[in-house]
Amino acid sequence: MLNKVVIANRGEIALRILRACKELGIQTVALHSTADDNLKHVKLADETVCIGPPPASASYLNIPAIISAAEITDAVGIHPGYGFLSENADFAERVQQSGFVFIGPEPETIRMMGDKVSAINAMRKAKIPCVPGSEGELDNDDKKNLKIAQKIGYPVLIKAAGGGGGRGIRVVHSEAALLNAIAITRSEAQANFKNASVYLEKFLTNPRHIEIQVLGDGRGHAIHLGERDCSMQRRHQKVIEEAPAVGITEKQRQHMGELCVKACRDMKYRGAGTFEFLYENGNFYFIEMNTRIQVEHPITEMVTGVDLVVEQLHIASGEKLNYKQKQIAIRGHAIECRINAEDPKTFMPSPGTISLYHAPGGPGIRMDTPIYTGYCVPPYYDSLIGKLIAYGETREIALARLRNALDEIVIEGIQTNIAMHQALVRDANFIKGGTNIHYLEQRLAL
Amino acid sequence: MDSEKINQLIKLLNEHGLTEIEFSEGDQSIRIKRQSSSPARTTFLQPSPSSGIIPPESASAEAEVSGHRVRSPMVGTVYLAPNPEAPPYVSLGQEVKKGEILCIIEAMKMMNHIEADRSGVIKARLVDNGTPVQFNQPLFIIE
Repeated sequence: MLNKVVIANRGEIALRILRACKELGIQTVALHSTADDNLKHVKLADETVCIGPPPASASYLNIPAIISAAEITDAVGIHPGYGFLSENADFAERVQQSGFVFIGPEPETIRMMGDKVSAINAMRKAKIPCVPGSEGELDNDDKKNLKIAQKIGYPVLIKAAGGGGGRGIRVVHSEAALLNAIAITRSEAQANFKNASVYLEKFLTNPRHIEIQVLGDGRGHAIHLGERDCSMQRRHQKVIEEAPAVGITEKQRQHMGELCVKACRDMKYRGAGTFEFLYENGNFYFIEMNTRIQVEHPITEMVTGVDLVVEQLHIASGEKLNYKQKQIAIRGHAIECRINAEDPKTFMPSPGTISLYHAPGGPGIRMDTPIYTGYCVPPYYDSLIGKLIAYGETREIALARLRNALDEIVIEGIQTNIAMHQALVRDANFIKGGTNIHYLEQRLAL
Repeated sequence: MDSEKINQLIKLLNEHGLTEIEFSEGDQSIRIKRQSSSPARTTFLQPSPSSGIIPPESASAEAEVSGHRVRSPMVGTVYLAPNPEAPPYVSLGQEVKKGEILCIIEAMKMMNHIEADRSGVIKARLVDNGTPVQFNQPLFIIE
């Protein structure tokens, strides 16, 4: 087992990683910016290193500072969490070159999946169905691009190859708008991802977002841990997630899971990963793979009993997988609400001091959050301040517990989206289940 | 040198987990050394005996010692001399001009010169040779 791990992240996921390390007896090094020395995991870590000023570019994205911090603390491994450098292949490479264990896949795997065009190509080879599209990046031939879009059929999506996570996407409804839209998306992609490469995909009208969790040991063995439904999204950001997905049969789960596992075996995938699909009319279409632990990982943990972050640490230590596929069973139902520090009407971030925090509790309630009474939410980072997860033997029980917990939780001093969640868990369509990725935005617009 | 100043220096020594601190004012200078044989702890171990809410940081002794702090711009290991045989870049009481090299911080096998960001007299050295430093950590006091 790794002896000492640097946690190169912040907020709730840093606390999650710290807890897993402590459970395994791994010494922890918390890296933080000057704005984050009051973070809960920083106060609990064995050692802490201030790595830079508040801006992420100078701290959490500062590769030399992070590797230097691992050097001076004599750490063995570096856990990148999610976001920041977690899917930066150059970072993973430099970590390994500097002699540390990168807790995640090999740099080349990250690189392949990070470029959305090469990822789709790899999936096609693995016989995983993909969204009908340009099957490759677009070149500058306008006539050719118009033909490709015509063949796919409008509406089409223009996507940045270097994007992902909902960024760098534009919808085009008619041919008249296509060429301009491609040009704009290219220049935005160049500015945001330093990569002007774009590709086309068919715009599915009413898909659900269903993703599959995998674990690989890096030596050709892999398992899947079932699916999550993350269709409740606003501007491509997930708001509520649940596992398992309503209406997905065990046969479908095993069929898609096995396809993902085979792809993992072929690329000798190492660590935790998620295959994301759009699901429509009984068909799964691959959109992208995330080569890291995800925000919503707790719901899979609740329904399978597997601690995914602990497994990441076992795998990074060079061990075999602790579970065989036949030992993975989905039991019960789990739903997660992302609690954000944001204005309920405008969704603008709402930093500030939490004057009172009171945690919810009771059977099946899990609250993953670093906040405490008196904690000051800084203005420099994203607005996620906690995840409220409810588990029950059935979806109805999970929903009832979630409703109760949302009524119990108190966060005063800043604005949050708790009221929105309270409304959503009473929404007739959400209660029925199976709403698609457009539903939340349609409902919020009312 | 009055005893209050000496107490402040002892507080500084303890707060930053140093083994030694040197301070000069005018033609007087003092060096305070820790006697214990246990290895110096790093400056960033956070003691957290209780699991309760940690109260906001109270004003430390450092704030009472006047002067401009030269802070580390990076994470690394600080060296006070160009090489182990050479004398240190600066000594207490020495007058330095803005831009003069005060020390080296080594990060990822690369040596970085740390320059004085203003002119003045080196009043205190707050780090030991060969020890790890974090971003923003005070290295010297210049007055």
